[in-house]
Amino acid sequence: MSLERLSEDELARSLILNLRLPRLLTAVLLGMSLSAAGAVFQMIFGNPLVEPGFLGVSQGASFGAAFSIIFLSNSAWMVQTSAALFALFGLGLSYFLARRIRLGGWVLRLVLSGIAIAALFSSGLGMLKYIADPLRQLPEITFWLLGGLWSITWKKFLFIFPAVTIGLLIIYRMRWRINILSLSDETAFSLSAAPGRERTLLLTASVLAVSAVIAVAGMVGWVGLIIPHIARRIFGADARTVLPASMLIGACFAVFCDDLGRVLYSGEIPLGILTSLLGAAIFMILMMRQSSLVQK
Amino acid sequence: MTPTCMLKFDHISFSYPSAACSVIQDFNLEIETGTITAILGPNGAGKTTLLYLALGWLKPQHGNILLAQKALSNYSRRMIGQWMGLVPQSEHIPFEFSLLEFVLLGRAPHLEPLDMPGKEDLDIAAEALHRVGMSALQHQSIHKISGGERQLVLMARVLAQQPRLLLLDEPTSHLDLCNKGRLVHLLRELAGKDITILFTTHEPDVASALATHLVLMRKGEILKTGTLEDVFTAQNLSQLYQLPVDVIDVAGRKIAIWI
Repeated sequence: MSLERLSEDELARSLILNLRLPRLLTAVLLGMSLSAAGAVFQMIFGNPLVEPGFLGVSQGASFGAAFSIIFLSNSAWMVQTSAALFALFGLGLSYFLARRIRLGGWVLRLVLSGIAIAALFSSGLGMLKYIADPLRQLPEITFWLLGGLWSITWKKFLFIFPAVTIGLLIIYRMRWRINILSLSDETAFSLSAAPGRERTLLLTASVLAVSAVIAVAGMVGWVGLIIPHIARRIFGADARTVLPASMLIGACFAVFCDDLGRVLYSGEIPLGILTSLLGAAIFMILMMRQSSLVQK
Repeated sequence: MTPTCMLKFDHISFSYPSAACSVIQDFNLEIETGTITAILGPNGAGKTTLLYLALGWLKPQHGNILLAQKALSNYSRRMIGQWMGLVPQSEHIPFEFSLLEFVLLGRAPHLEPLDMPGKEDLDIAAEALHRVGMSALQHQSIHKISGGERQLVLMARVLAQQPRLLLLDEPTSHLDLCNKGRLVHLLRELAGKDITILFTTHEPDVASALATHLVLMRKGEILKTGTLEDVFTAQNLSQLYQLPVDVIDVAGRKIAIWI
């Protein structure tokens, strides 16, 4: 549509400025947050197969959303706030459990406790789905779990903007440091880092951004796993470039998938389905081509 | 000039939380500035634990560790990183850094936590790679080099860190003869510039080729400590390894052989 027509057509203008634009910007934030958090998680856990939903974050958010739909209210605000709170709660639980585990190094302890907490929330979610009203509540829970940006307004965008910005800014400023934190605890310590404290700060910043976008967009999978892989494939391992590159590629990927979901079919295809479909396909192609990026 | 004490272990006792008995008990040692000290002992003697105690990564249950006559606990993390560098025996590097990117990480103690390394840091890192003979491969991925080359890159990282005390854990374990020679030469050169070196090894010949001072360690206790000439004897080594060992002189260097 030409700009000339846009200035004449009231409806088109309203459509673009009030519906499309906030949706586009939220897709950008979504892609940036998931990809940046994915890159951070992979590097500080020294494991290229983790993603931001790790450590009970995704499962916590899903549980929180379902909990709100059944027991509190199905208003968007309530569902989102509950999802964000439970995502942070999931991280907090994983963290405190990890501190109590008397086995292995810090990373292994976090991974173990993350698995346990995620399983706990998953079974909780299963229970909630079981008791949910199959006609009213269950479809709503399922739809939220599929993820999507159809309900974005300026208000929602502005609601998540501060948390996402703060989270991403911390990650971005610490990006060279992330390289050091990808090494073993002893080495990171010998290079003047505080491995436990700095990793926790980066995790919290990541989860802050991710839980904010999950809250408005639901579960959008695979972005945080696949985008850092693509960025590393193109730019090498140094987080100084991988991090900004992941944010950029992630933003493009999210916008592309969101647009595709709107135009591909007469009804809208949930974003989470498309990102998972494309993400898994790209992942398989990447893994089959030449030597893997990682050394196990 | 009287020799100054770089590192002092003062009645150190340490045990891991899960272990029933102490790994290290009432350990005393003074290391003078500019010396090369080898901690020699069989596997499981507590050598690596001792290095981590010196670094401050492990905290002793009893006793004090003094770095340049000041308690280690008085140093900030950044100060520790500027004073001491660690070369671990091996290191799991999960991502494909280029050699230069990896060596550059050694500059971290000289930068503020949020700073990026600058041109000067890059030059220092490139120079460090050059000194270990790896500058031709500086843009190569760290996953595409051999184990021995990787050990040299770890060495380059610590050179870029420019510490005054170097802690090396089995620095020659993966090296071939040529690279062993290169490393020994490099470490001697560093010691000549008043850099103190403390390294662990289970190979007596590496200790005798490189060290000026020797600590014989067995099961967390010092068996003998002193200069290489005094300590590197058939009797002491036999006692250390509980195996008849003879020491012979070849071209001015002492070689241990077991019989």
